[in-house]
Amino acid sequence: MTDAAAAPNSDRRYSAKALPFGTIGARTILVGLMVVTLMPFVTMFSAALAPSGTYPPGLQWPADPQWRNFIDAFQSAHMDRLLLSSSIIAACVVPVSVLIGTMAGFGIAKLAPSGSKVVYLLFVLGLTLPFEGIITPLYYEVRALGFLNTKLAIILPLIGLYMPFSVYWMRAHFVNVPDEMGEAAEIDGASAWQQFWSVQIPIARPAIMSLAILQFLWTWNQFLLPIVLVEIPLERTMAGALGAFQGQWGTNIPLLCAGSLIIIAPVVILFLIFQKQFVAALLQGAVKG
Amino acid sequence: MTAADSQGLKQRGRSPFSRGGRAAIVAWAFILPAFAFYTVFVLVPVAMSIYYSTLRWDGIGKAQFRGLSNYLVVLTESDFLQILGNAFQLVAYFTIIPVAIGLGVASTIRNHLGGRFGATARTVLFIPQVIPLVAAGIAWSWMLASNGVVNQVLQLIGLGGITRGWLGDFDFALPAVGLIGAWVLLGLCTMLLVTGIARIDPSLYEAAKIDGASPWDEFRWITLPGLRQEIGVCVTVTVIAALASFDIVYIATGGGPGIQTTVPGLEIYRLAFAHRQVGLASALAVVLMLLVIVCVLPIQWLTRQQK
Repeated sequence: MTDAAAAPNSDRRYSAKALPFGTIGARTILVGLMVVTLMPFVTMFSAALAPSGTYPPGLQWPADPQWRNFIDAFQSAHMDRLLLSSSIIAACVVPVSVLIGTMAGFGIAKLAPSGSKVVYLLFVLGLTLPFEGIITPLYYEVRALGFLNTKLAIILPLIGLYMPFSVYWMRAHFVNVPDEMGEAAEIDGASAWQQFWSVQIPIARPAIMSLAILQFLWTWNQFLLPIVLVEIPLERTMAGALGAFQGQWGTNIPLLCAGSLIIIAPVVILFLIFQKQFVAALLQGAVKG
Repeated sequence: MTAADSQGLKQRGRSPFSRGGRAAIVAWAFILPAFAFYTVFVLVPVAMSIYYSTLRWDGIGKAQFRGLSNYLVVLTESDFLQILGNAFQLVAYFTIIPVAIGLGVASTIRNHLGGRFGATARTVLFIPQVIPLVAAGIAWSWMLASNGVVNQVLQLIGLGGITRGWLGDFDFALPAVGLIGAWVLLGLCTMLLVTGIARIDPSLYEAAKIDGASPWDEFRWITLPGLRQEIGVCVTVTVIAALASFDIVYIATGGGPGIQTTVPGLEIYRLAFAHRQVGLASALAVVLMLLVIVCVLPIQWLTRQQK
């Protein structure tokens, strides 16, 4: 699958006359798709600049752009605290999930103790699990454990919910690593743990990177768990807080649009900085998931 | 995948760590942390969902055992049937629109995604994949509002007569929600199919040209078979997104008007946490989990074989 990311860049263009349409036709279609993709953001931006409390038309450059709306939305939604809360949640979930997922993937693919096949099958069965399927018992379980309304109520279940994909993804990587790698280390007297850290992890870096990106996105954008398990919006993820923000400001379109754009901004900025890695991760993630 | 699997099996026999005793303990130490998290936060809740589904329970008081009667309600009562039907209607929008447009675009622009323009297009088309679904829901609620962009465009092209608040309209709310999902998934499907088509051997197309094949023949006999696996991936991802949809519906319509846009995920949430009918919510949850597996397995089986 690594060629999926490389293929678009290899720029193998064939003569334009071999194509149903020329370059112009292809570009027109793509421009059309891009306009459709961007339009919702443009209209939110235009509404966000209208006077607070008004009901502006969908698309119109306001005579007197109200940049203040962004500041008001930032303050009334306590965006600084939300950013912190989301970051803490992601910083707890992603490293733990990636580490134990990688360990299990390695264990199942390379160490393969008897019975691990059954365990792997159980993980695979969880790949298509919709979160709504277990949200009710999860609520009672988290309440019994005493984490309800804390960040742990989001962090711990998410790690568990990510295990099927993490293990599946990392096992698929390790299965394709030639055994000689590990055997060489073993002759040197390395333990399984040393082999894992000093031989396997460095080779697995691209797979681990993609996994981390995907799980960061899923965590940052997670909505169902925060709204069910955490009552206080400020302890939630950004996406979860957006639900509460809509409830509060749903009738004030300019402020709602300004707030939504602020909430979208961090992840879009990260995406623009690391676009190559994100696109590769998303494409591979879809194929393997 | 299958080649890798059999390779893994072969390696297992030789694996120096698989021989009993201490080695087995070490091996399990690698697997156990993941399995423990998975057991506590997924397997146990799945089992509890199944158990709750046999109860009549308000979440606080004493529960009564009701056998399979909750399932009878979920699978026969007209409201529940409509809710399950809504999920399948969303599949039509979430899946067919992105896959059809993606196929059209991919076969039209074959290999024209190089250079700076291609890179820009790729980046832009991926943005819906990285933003929270709730943000997409809010943006589109505004697009589809009575004075939103969709109606502005309709007025501009002389269709002012059909403008309305789409998400509040009894007949058009579900298609409108479907459109939001299609927008979210369009970029991903298009890019998957475009990268897929770039991997089809170009000499196949050249040979077809020499044989005088029409564009439709090329599409039918080269593009479609060549993209089989990618189409399978798109269909799998989008079908799961439709059946398990929650965020977009919650934000854009809250399931209304009436229950016109209520989907199983939203109904589970409402039953369990607003109406305190935990048994009924759990029966619907079990049905939803099975439904996803039942829909995804044949797609995987059809598209992964022979590859």
